[in-house]
Amino acid sequence: MSSESSKWPLWEVFVRSRQGLSHKHVGSLHASDATMAIANARDVYTRRQEGVSIWVLPAEAISASSPADKDILFDPANDKVYRHPTFYTLPDEVKNM
Amino acid sequence: MTKAQHFEWLLSLADDALILGQRLSEWCGHAPALEEDIALSNVALDLIGQSRAILTHAGLLEGEGRDEDRLAFFRSDREYRNLLLVELPNGHFGDTIARQFFFDQFAMIRYGHLAQQTFDLEIAAIATKALKEVRYHAAHSAEWMIRLGDGTDLSKTRIQESVDRLWPYIGECFEAHPILDAAITSGAMPDCKSIELTWKERVSAVLAEATLILPTDDWKQVGGRNGLHTEHLSYLLAEMQAVPRLHPDAKW
Repeated sequence: MSSESSKWPLWEVFVRSRQGLSHKHVGSLHASDATMAIANARDVYTRRQEGVSIWVLPAEAISASSPADKDILFDPANDKVYRHPTFYTLPDEVKNM
Repeated sequence: MTKAQHFEWLLSLADDALILGQRLSEWCGHAPALEEDIALSNVALDLIGQSRAILTHAGLLEGEGRDEDRLAFFRSDREYRNLLLVELPNGHFGDTIARQFFFDQFAMIRYGHLAQQTFDLEIAAIATKALKEVRYHAAHSAEWMIRLGDGTDLSKTRIQESVDRLWPYIGECFEAHPILDAAITSGAMPDCKSIELTWKERVSAVLAEATLILPTDDWKQVGGRNGLHTEHLSYLLAEMQAVPRLHPDAKW
């Protein structure tokens, strides 16, 4: 492989595995435009029947939380067990929770 | 159409897919980008899958106990019925894309008819499945033609050269041939002229968007359907057939 692909922008790929579920991040790839990104995503990430729908978006459009803020963002939830839905049983009919 | 003609006609359909699939697979590990490497390999695998189904059908029709492997690995170049276009070396990426674009458009029209005809229902079923694959191949190669043609000065120059270089091999797609005539008479195939007109219309539309020029020269190189191939096919077959010929009864 040459370094050509590194000149193409990076895209993040989201695949919905079946109807009723939400799109899930599966990875990233390089492509020159959105059309090529969807085609590449189809070829790279859905060749084993992984999905029924694909979203792609430019990686640079994503704003991410800073790893340095991990303690202030997430640690305070540690001791608040009353927020967790663990105090009642889930009926068997409810799937995908 | 006699059984022998029917068999030969099926071989021509299978061999176009098999030889192009084998050729394209040479890109595996060498394409300009990882994503495109997988895309080309997917197309190659689709084509080989199509040829397997058609060869199996041809072997059963022939009734002499030849299965897909026997037909793929134990025929010489003279017994192969593919278009010369599909056996040509890959060249650079643009050459491969231009060849793929021309062939995909042809295959899409041909499978479209094969899916509708009732002369050979097994082929109709194979074509219906193949058509979904080929429509994707055609979209992929057309996108690249537009991207390269309407791209930089360099990419435009090089893809136009590819188009011009491949052009003499296009006429064979629409060339009359006794086996094809028999298929046309049986209603298995439409006449070559109607395929050619549809092909030119679609190819012209993409090339116009790609700002490329469709050559008008109508000199054509033919012979593949009669087993008279370019020297490139023998080398391709040698590589493809070496292992089964060395170990004819091996199982894997």
